[in-house]
Amino acid sequence: MKGRVLERAVHGAFLALGLVTVGCVLLITVYLIVSGLPAIREIGLWEFLFGDTWASTAAEPKFGILPFLLTSVYGMAGAMVIGVPVGFFTAVYLSKAAPKPVKTVVEHMVSLLAGIPSVVYGLVGMLVLVPWVRSTFHVPDGAGLLVAILVLAVMILPSIIKVSVTALEAVPREYEDGSLALGATAAETWFRVSVPAAKSGIAAAVVLGVGRAIGEATAVMMVAGNAPNLPGLFQSVRFLTTAIVSEMAYSGGLQRQALFSIALVLYLFILLINATLNFFLKRDKEG
Amino acid sequence: MKKTKTLVCTILTGVLALGLLAGCAQGQPGGSVSTDGSTSMEKVIGVLGEAFQNENKNITFTYNPTGSGSGIQAVSEGRCDIGLSSRALKQEELDSGLTETVLAYDGIAVVIHPDNPVSDLDVDTIAKIYTGEITNWKDVGGSNAEIVLIGREAGSGTRDGFESITGTSEKCKYRQELTSTGDVITTVSQNPDAIGYASLASVGDSVKALAVGGVTPSEETVKDGSYAIQRPFVLVTKADAKLSDAAQKFFDFATSPDSAGLIAQAGVVAAN
Repeated sequence: MKGRVLERAVHGAFLALGLVTVGCVLLITVYLIVSGLPAIREIGLWEFLFGDTWASTAAEPKFGILPFLLTSVYGMAGAMVIGVPVGFFTAVYLSKAAPKPVKTVVEHMVSLLAGIPSVVYGLVGMLVLVPWVRSTFHVPDGAGLLVAILVLAVMILPSIIKVSVTALEAVPREYEDGSLALGATAAETWFRVSVPAAKSGIAAAVVLGVGRAIGEATAVMMVAGNAPNLPGLFQSVRFLTTAIVSEMAYSGGLQRQALFSIALVLYLFILLINATLNFFLKRDKEG
Repeated sequence: MKKTKTLVCTILTGVLALGLLAGCAQGQPGGSVSTDGSTSMEKVIGVLGEAFQNENKNITFTYNPTGSGSGIQAVSEGRCDIGLSSRALKQEELDSGLTETVLAYDGIAVVIHPDNPVSDLDVDTIAKIYTGEITNWKDVGGSNAEIVLIGREAGSGTRDGFESITGTSEKCKYRQELTSTGDVITTVSQNPDAIGYASLASVGDSVKALAVGGVTPSEETVKDGSYAIQRPFVLVTKADAKLSDAAQKFFDFATSPDSAGLIAQAGVVAAN
């Protein structure tokens, strides 16, 4: 009897704790919608999403976030183009080909990479990559989309590698043995059998990387230049995240509301990415 | 795993909630002074606050570095006693029942890379550079290289000060908009073709401060008004409400001529 009471109490306590998490999410969602919508209503949805000028403190302020939207999408795509192949092949190598000691060391390094705070990535980008891009490509200033992409590409590597390795290692040994027994080489087996078998896990890894790339603010702000231009490789650009961070401290009135609206757009973006992630994970479980 | 996460989340939520309470609390009479606002004023308010605390051990002094706009908003909403602004109040802010008292003047230095041969520009030329009329250093006596304009984010007191003094508001063609004085100085020190602006007090050896119209920026030239690019540091209070005793005490302390020495320690020039 006493045991039952204790059991119930513990159950209740954990339920309460769980509800706190749910409450946090609900609170943030409601808050973002409530504080994000007024500015969109005032500016106009079309004007807000597809206006190409952001001049929040001008006498006649303009709140068009198209430059930020495009920059975030381009930045993410660029980081994917560099990060996904590197991460994917590293994962295949680690899970299938690497000798045990190499695997242990590399996996530790990858974990370490995941643990480095983003401000450190930003600092290294600012002090090493920006001057490097400047002198290599002979542009007047190195800070811009290219450096941001390079930094993001490195930052998404750990999530891509770790999740892909897990997915690849979960492929039943029999599949691979079967393929090898039929005369396929090791490489053929990895890419024709193991990778297709793990493809939803790998897709989930990529989506996780996308989420990380689109949500990153600190590192990007230090290397991207932050001028609200339409994106170009050597152009100084501002991302959705950095648009919020860089103006929040001093903002007021409609400008502040518009920043909340950007946050809402960003939130919807990330919800979309999470939904995609869930879709792949679920398919993995069922398939 | 999931439960650990929940636990961590709960603890964090608790800490955050406490943080909210600890923020810019309403000043209890006789007990505390809360200030909120300009990050540029951090040094000067830090020095004044420390000296004030030493003299009045029973009064708690707090400073919340949020930015001029936030500070002005905080004081008008009654979330703090004294707002700090590194720009003069706008007409609409004065109309909303706020009043300003100039505490000190801050010179804004125009900085370039130490290797840049240029050492003196006038306000007009600086304005032309920042509005994109002059784009090459060779037009102002430097080497043949494109000028890289470094500035601060919209809403920054330093940017507002610089743009309003040089008459370039809303017309600057920034290559980079950075969010702190330190970032501006680091970036300029990394790029031989860059030009930026920052509080005179924070300019070190890694960059070169330009003379403006023949006047080198220094405490003396800011004080006597000969250095052109300078802005006021302002204490913002409500016009129609009386300050609490503690806040009034701090206000009198900060604006008294005796505090000029303390203010000078922070690298700015006292108004009184």
